Amino acid sequence: MALQVKSFGSMSEAAAALASDRTARFMSGGTLLMRAINEGDTSISMLVRSTDAAYRQIRSESARIEIGAGARMVDILANRDLAFLHPAARIVGGPAVRAMATVGGNLFAAAPYGDLATALLALDAIVTVQGAYGSAQQIPIEQLLQSRDRATGLVTSVTVPRPASPDAFRFRKVSRVKPKGVSVLSIAAHLPLAGGRLSNARIAYGAMAPTPIRARAVERALEGRSLDAAGIAPGLAAATEGTSPATDALATAWYRREVLPVHLRRLLLGETG
Amino acid sequence: MTKTPVQFRLNGSDKAVFVDGGENLLNVLRRGVGDMSAKYGCGQGTCGVCTVLIDGEPQLACLTLAETCAGRSVETALGLSDGPNLHPLQNAFMDHFAAQCGFCTSGMLMAAKALLDRNPSPTREDVAEAISGNICRCTGYEPIINAILDAASKRGGQASGG
Repeated sequence: MALQVKSFGSMSEAAAALASDRTARFMSGGTLLMRAINEGDTSISMLVRSTDAAYRQIRSESARIEIGAGARMVDILANRDLAFLHPAARIVGGPAVRAMATVGGNLFAAAPYGDLATALLALDAIVTVQGAYGSAQQIPIEQLLQSRDRATGLVTSVTVPRPASPDAFRFRKVSRVKPKGVSVLSIAAHLPLAGGRLSNARIAYGAMAPTPIRARAVERALEGRSLDAAGIAPGLAAATEGTSPATDALATAWYRREVLPVHLRRLLLGETG
Repeated sequence: MTKTPVQFRLNGSDKAVFVDGGENLLNVLRRGVGDMSAKYGCGQGTCGVCTVLIDGEPQLACLTLAETCAGRSVETALGLSDGPNLHPLQNAFMDHFAAQCGFCTSGMLMAAKALLDRNPSPTREDVAEAISGNICRCTGYEPIINAILDAASKRGGQASGG
């Protein structure tokens, strides 16, 4: 069955078109949606696209950076202000996928995909969603991830604060094949220090649940602690709390839980390996 | 069935085709204009055998909506040689036995071209990274990496062992 493809010059028009038909899907980079179409997914009858230039733009302000949802991994990698996101963007797929896959699409990638979304979650990103009618709405990324299967509207941009310092934001992806491999798991951490103590740390996991999740138990255990072996011990003890990883071709749920604290320790202590 | 006209440049020549809604670029290349150099492998963006250059960037033809190629420039392995004269990458692939069954070769060549076009003197790690989205089940990759490094050095780049 042939699909209908509709392109719109503005995000609001695209959002309205998307809302008008339950079988319509918004197409960003295509790396997820074209897979489904190639596999013969007949639940999709219309592809909605946006040619709005703002959809791809990255705008830097003093404290925050707004990334258009249509910005691709290569666009992030070409932007110096987003250097803190480069480790996460660099390990998404191979070069061809990075030239196609977008920030917006990554927010909707099912586990074990969605490494960039994991990084954005640890940064407390704010997502701008254009509704079918009326103005755009800003919601925390965690809320979007939790409700993404029933989300309405269109994600137009993601706004991230600059990390407290370059070393304060860390990302680690664990995969069996290098340099390109799908995640066994990924961990992102924003670790602001105040007087040598962690304050409002954010830890996010990828591939440890159906969507990227915050590790709130770890965050609580790390509050006010120092970033050394003794300081992070309570955090490591709580590492697997709240996780519900899948068993897939890459790893069993048991394995993912077993290795998570090891990689969390390495990330927090800045160890390689 | 509604067809949409799409015009694009393929290896320097203008092409005009009618595409189905939702049709991918790989289909259009192979069935629409008869360029069989890009292969169909997984259809999921995992194997890299359909890698082509779109406006100079490596992209996967199987995941590219054909309609998005309107007005853009597409390069495939078919456009690499200049008449009977092979591209330096193609010669290097032959010299280093970098093709066995050959199914991955056109995708490898395009991924390699994308690398050398922006980085004429890549390290071994650069090459491994550039072809990391392309699966080869015959060679073990080493002959392919050697071929790309050799092509780079012959084109004037100072390839390092890295």
